[in-house]
Amino acid sequence: MTFTDHCSRIPWHGAGGALAHLVQTGFGGFYDGMAHWAITPEDVLVVLALTLLSALGGKDRVRRLVFTLPAAWFAGGLMALVFPTLLPPMVLTLASFGLVGLLVALNRHLPDAVFVLLVLVTAVIHGAGNGGAMREAGLGWLGLAGACVAVFVVASVLPALLVRIEKPAGRIAMRVGGSWIAAAALLMIGWWFRGG
Amino acid sequence: MLFTSHFSLGTGVPALALASAGHSGAAGLLAHAAHPETADGLISGLAHPVSGADHVLAMIAVGLWGAQLGKPAVWVLPVAFPIAMAFGGMMGLLGIPMPGVEIGIAASAIVLGIMVLAAARPPLWVAGIIVGLFALFHGHAHGTELPEGANGTLYSIGFVVATGLLHAVGIAIGLIHRWDWGKPTLRGAGAFVAAGGAFFLYQALA
Repeated sequence: MTFTDHCSRIPWHGAGGALAHLVQTGFGGFYDGMAHWAITPEDVLVVLALTLLSALGGKDRVRRLVFTLPAAWFAGGLMALVFPTLLPPMVLTLASFGLVGLLVALNRHLPDAVFVLLVLVTAVIHGAGNGGAMREAGLGWLGLAGACVAVFVVASVLPALLVRIEKPAGRIAMRVGGSWIAAAALLMIGWWFRGG
Repeated sequence: MLFTSHFSLGTGVPALALASAGHSGAAGLLAHAAHPETADGLISGLAHPVSGADHVLAMIAVGLWGAQLGKPAVWVLPVAFPIAMAFGGMMGLLGIPMPGVEIGIAASAIVLGIMVLAAARPPLWVAGIIVGLFALFHGHAHGTELPEGANGTLYSIGFVVATGLLHAVGIAIGLIHRWDWGKPTLRGAGAFVAAGGAFFLYQALA
């Protein structure tokens, strides 16, 4: 059986949530959940954008991100598992990481409370999309836990590397990355509204 | 058609289909992968901005001008361009009309080429507005030209990354202005871009 054959499909979430797609790794639900996160560009991009935003903000921001992001992601996922009708609209998912990407591009120094609130809201939105996908795939909380561990690993390793970059060129590269993420989100919103 | 995400690696490459749209199975995915013109993957997204010489010229010219202007324009312009271009792309995708798109694209190459040729140094905000305005035209054209397809996510990412890389190529070329021989050479490149723009303007008006 080829890798393609392993791919399974999940129908469009009724409440306007993300169309999810699950990969069967053969290692069980936990790793399927990890793989699902890794192949969902919207979810990878939002974690990357939050990572860049925290790294630009300094070590304190990175420390706040490390546990806040996966915890809120898990909370959002659990909400979607328990209350299937609470799935966020796709446009909100796209707008959330577009906003974070824009903040990275602008290098806005947000107050601590605003930064944490941004992380919480964004993670809950994307976590809820994840949770809905896991529920549809029958992976449940185990798959969600796998996705959250993947988020935790990236959110702990990548910002730790990026926050050490102090050279202007490196920080500019991060901001350019943010602008690319924001631009991709804008295009995806247009695509979504067109019914692409 | 549903909004979905999956990877496809283009013609002649075995598809690594990681997801599929609700209306199509694996066979459908392979069919998409066999037609890179459809908007269904990262590769087609990467290929789209480089599919037209007018777009390529203008985007490289943004990098040339940014490098010529130096800090902070060297990174402000390439940051501003993709966002403005994506906004234009969104307008195109939504069917919001923009008059004179082809003329605007040709004019972008002419104006940006002249800026490089003249080594113009306007205030940063003026340069940002010039680049952002022309980015809208490019984005709108791309948005309306985007073919129907099953995937928007990776296509959008590839599209933006390719645009950014074209700016990077322009910046890399533009760095020659650090040397004495590089300054006139760079201005010559500006003249080439402007001439190319004039040719495309002629085509647009013909």
